[in-house]
Amino acid sequence: MNETVLDVRNLEAGYEPGVPIVRGASITVGQGEIVVVLGPNGAGKSSFIKAIAGLVPISGGTVLLDGKDITAAPAHTMVRLGLAFVPQTENIFPLMSVEDNLRVACGILERREIPGRIEEMYAAFPDLVRQRRTAAGNLSGGQRQMLAVARALIVHPKVLVLDEPSAGLSPKFVSMVFEMLTGIRKSGVTILLVEQNAKAALAIGDRAYVLVEGKDRHEGIASELWNDPIVAELYLGQRPQHQKGGMA
Amino acid sequence: MSLQFIVDGLLTGSMIGLGAIGVTLTYSILRFSNFAHGDFMAWGTYATLAVVSAIGAIVGKVAPIAPLSFGWPLLVALVVGMAFTALLALLLDKVLFSRLRSQGQAIIVVMASFGASMALRSLLEFTFTSRPTYFSRAIQIAMPVGFGIRVTPDQIALLLLTAILVLGVHLLMTRTQTGRSMQALSQNAALARIVGIDVARVVRVTWIIGGALACVAGVMIGILVQIRPFMGFDMLLPMFAAAILGGIGSIPGAVLGGLIIGFAEAGAVQLIGAEWRAAVSFIILMAVLFVRPIGLFGVRER
Repeated sequence: MNETVLDVRNLEAGYEPGVPIVRGASITVGQGEIVVVLGPNGAGKSSFIKAIAGLVPISGGTVLLDGKDITAAPAHTMVRLGLAFVPQTENIFPLMSVEDNLRVACGILERREIPGRIEEMYAAFPDLVRQRRTAAGNLSGGQRQMLAVARALIVHPKVLVLDEPSAGLSPKFVSMVFEMLTGIRKSGVTILLVEQNAKAALAIGDRAYVLVEGKDRHEGIASELWNDPIVAELYLGQRPQHQKGGMA
Repeated sequence: MSLQFIVDGLLTGSMIGLGAIGVTLTYSILRFSNFAHGDFMAWGTYATLAVVSAIGAIVGKVAPIAPLSFGWPLLVALVVGMAFTALLALLLDKVLFSRLRSQGQAIIVVMASFGASMALRSLLEFTFTSRPTYFSRAIQIAMPVGFGIRVTPDQIALLLLTAILVLGVHLLMTRTQTGRSMQALSQNAALARIVGIDVARVVRVTWIIGGALACVAGVMIGILVQIRPFMGFDMLLPMFAAAILGGIGSIPGAVLGGLIIGFAEAGAVQLIGAEWRAAVSFIILMAVLFVRPIGLFGVRER
């Protein structure tokens, strides 16, 4: 593994004091990696990355970004610290134009840098160019996801964190979104994502963690985890009958 | 029916519209109906009056600017009054609204604003008595401009000022990073934080704009009508009606809503009598809520 960019240690977090949803989860993400966090429904995956992004109160543990402690930094300071988050739903401003959605995220950039940066995003996501004046709420599901990712990337983050980028998308868009993530990694951005769609996520990921009941229970090389019997067991909560087929 | 109602409607509409901008911003960004907004108007007006008096006491009597009824002291005082009202709004938010907002129940904040409204109004009555007062007692001669319409120089100046302020706020909202941040916050507060918007700063800007414009609206009423502790409270219904008619969160909507209500009030005074004036905004408010609750420029939540 390359140099560690994101280092999460024994994270404990939850919306209400004394009721942790994330219970001592630890992961590391190396420079240029795509790391996937899997887990059954209700495992606390979403709360886990929301806590990293400063959106769920943290009650224990640490989050280090490039060695710097960003544990529980206010959510609005995260982009400045180098962490950009893409929520699962409602990840665009529906009444603002596509261009204003990008521009409003440029708060930490130099003013003269902004127009060029927006053009770079259009170059990377050509579908958005024709829609630049369109209200973002009128975009298709796949285009919304592109806009949300472009909006996160525009500030040159060290780590891009995504909560179920394929949720609610039609199969055609799902493959498009995962192709897009592979492309982003090629440009040197480190990616951490939570996914329900384990197969698609493991296909593009380098490493993966399985989160169960708020704790990381298993870790491995993404391509090997699909057929890993322990993963199936953790997912289903029981020992699978046939190990050969992996997770059904 | 005399066409004079056009001028009257424009003026009333300007006062309502400037106030409604603050109401609509508070509602869309802070997510509560601020019943104390009218009292910001009154406080701003009395603050402006106090500064005018203070300048008068220091430099003596100042001649009015050519055709207008007021001189430079009022302009200086207006700027001071706007700053004062903005600070008052910020202070009230700090000691009252922000604490209650963090508990997450909008109705508590609304009730608190009602209490703040009564307290602010009573303080004005206590300090300045409830007797009406004026910026100037000079009578201005209204100039005929054709079609049976008469306008005073003060009225023209204030309409121009309103147009400039409305245009300024509109440009701020649509062309600047601060304005885009305000739009973003009104559409999705959680996402606004994620994209790096400092919510506390945007909230401060919202109060500053709302407070300053409330002061201008109040001073307009003070110049054209009279100054009373209840002047702002009496504007509350028309302002809310305008904000809702225009569509919550929309600056052009608030202004257009204000103008429509202004025209309706001025027309009603001529057609059915001045005693029905206050009923007009109530009827319009109810009609909008029945027919098109999202208002003229409102957009359904997606």
